[in-house]
Amino acid sequence: MPSESSVGVVAPQRVHFSLPLALKSGARLPCFDLVYETYGTLNAERSNAVLVCHALSGSHHVAGVYADDAENVGWWDNLVGPGKPLDTRKFFVVGVNNLGGCYGSTGPLSANPETGKRYGADFPLVTVEDWVVAQARLADYLAIETWAAVIGGSLGGMQALAWSLQFPHRVRHAMVIASAPKLSAQNIAFNEVARQAIISDPDFHGGNYADHGVVPSRGLRLARMVGHITYLSDSQMAEKFGRQLRHGEHKFSYDVDFEIESYLRYQGNKFAGYFDANTYLMTTKALDYFDPAFACEGNLAAALAPAKASFFVASFSTDWRFAPARSREIVFALLHNRLHVVYAEIECDAGHDSFLLDDAHYHALVRAYLENIAV
Amino acid sequence: MTEYERKLKAEQRERFDFAVIANWIPPGERVLDLGCGDGRLLRYLGETRDVAGYGVEIDRESVLGCIRNGVDVIQMDIECGLSGFEDQSFDHVIISQALQTMRATERILTEMLRVAAEAVVSFPNFAYSANRQAIAEGHMPVSEDLPYDWFDTPNVRFFTIVDFERLCHRLGIEIRERLALDESGRTVSDDPNLNGSLAFYRLGRAS
Repeated sequence: MPSESSVGVVAPQRVHFSLPLALKSGARLPCFDLVYETYGTLNAERSNAVLVCHALSGSHHVAGVYADDAENVGWWDNLVGPGKPLDTRKFFVVGVNNLGGCYGSTGPLSANPETGKRYGADFPLVTVEDWVVAQARLADYLAIETWAAVIGGSLGGMQALAWSLQFPHRVRHAMVIASAPKLSAQNIAFNEVARQAIISDPDFHGGNYADHGVVPSRGLRLARMVGHITYLSDSQMAEKFGRQLRHGEHKFSYDVDFEIESYLRYQGNKFAGYFDANTYLMTTKALDYFDPAFACEGNLAAALAPAKASFFVASFSTDWRFAPARSREIVFALLHNRLHVVYAEIECDAGHDSFLLDDAHYHALVRAYLENIAV
Repeated sequence: MTEYERKLKAEQRERFDFAVIANWIPPGERVLDLGCGDGRLLRYLGETRDVAGYGVEIDRESVLGCIRNGVDVIQMDIECGLSGFEDQSFDHVIISQALQTMRATERILTEMLRVAAEAVVSFPNFAYSANRQAIAEGHMPVSEDLPYDWFDTPNVRFFTIVDFERLCHRLGIEIRERLALDESGRTVSDDPNLNGSLAFYRLGRAS
């Protein structure tokens, strides 16, 4: 085994794009900023760049720690670093906070340059396709013509897939992990519950809560609690919490009785403390709208016809949010288009969140695939 | 025989088996290999016949092996059929010494000729003389092509050349070519059900 280590102390960078961005909704952003991080070194041929796309609550901070915050470890630090499966000794890795995000890229918390006031509820809905266009601007700025790979899990996997369709010649490998070609009615239903939790919070103020100096934290907390249920598997929840009691007895009250309640409240509170409600709403809509086959009357194989990349598709056995069958839809549509594809269905107990864990077999697959990519 | 010699012999034998299959695959074809292991047959066919190949495999270490070998692979259980694969989307579908490890024999054969114009099947012939001899002596056979002890064999179906051909007939599958080899890899012409250790078939739909 090669020795693994952290990329160490990293620092985010910011780039301003002064040209307007036409969005899929028809709206337009006059200009925007993206915040990003890079790890490793871009080679002379500029052929070793890998874009890491984040999921719902992720950010540009993929790996390493900050000088002033050693506790803030990147969200995919177990995968990205020297000697790790996505090896920064070989690849130049780029993480970017998506447009509309709340970690520094232009989003609802930013000031609208045309009015000088905070966007708030006026920030337009952005889609997966819009994110990809914005990421392509970043690639242009970094003078990366072609990504050796675009990789992401869940919503990040949708971006990898979208890249292969929108910029077929700019992606050599697309790595689509724990993802789906579109949301199911059940997926949308969970998102809608989360949105309604936020929107119906009295502190939401039609999305302009910041102007009132408040945040709809009760709504955000509920949204996160619902989300979290879908990220875990039934079996893992049973194993981790079961029916364990907080106080060893039934309290006959609405306070925490069961440990699972305590866990969900903790996760909800934590999330409500740092995530922006408008970003959450917008991102769940981006998920709902993602459906490359929509323009092809539901025919995914036809929708994937423009793709040129080689694909790595992986799913997790206990993921019921984006179950293995959803990944197989992508695989067979790729097969129809005679594209290179490897598909692994990984036995893992942790449900949808498995893609973030350092399961040995999962990481061995990712490592093996990336090792064969010529740079 | 030393361990090294045994390994060398197995490799030579494998190369020979691959060559038999490759001989039936025209260059540039689209090929599906069921139970592809670590993808070494597809790699060989890619190198020698320039095929566009995909493997199907259930074993996770084999899937990892395919990725290491740079072979396209889809991890799924063939026992459940080949749903998802489109009708006649491959020129050839291969099942190389894996049919005997699967239970759904009829379904797999039928599915193979749904997704491909022609199938190539190889399997160990249970009625091979040395196997018969072992049974006559009161033991389950262990041989070149049936290399496992009865208690740890991956094989779940034990059949002969005669049995297989009878099943093909019943399923409306046309036998277009057959090749039987003895344990040293020589082609057998006389009574293949007795003298053949390994059987290769080229199969199609009877029109």
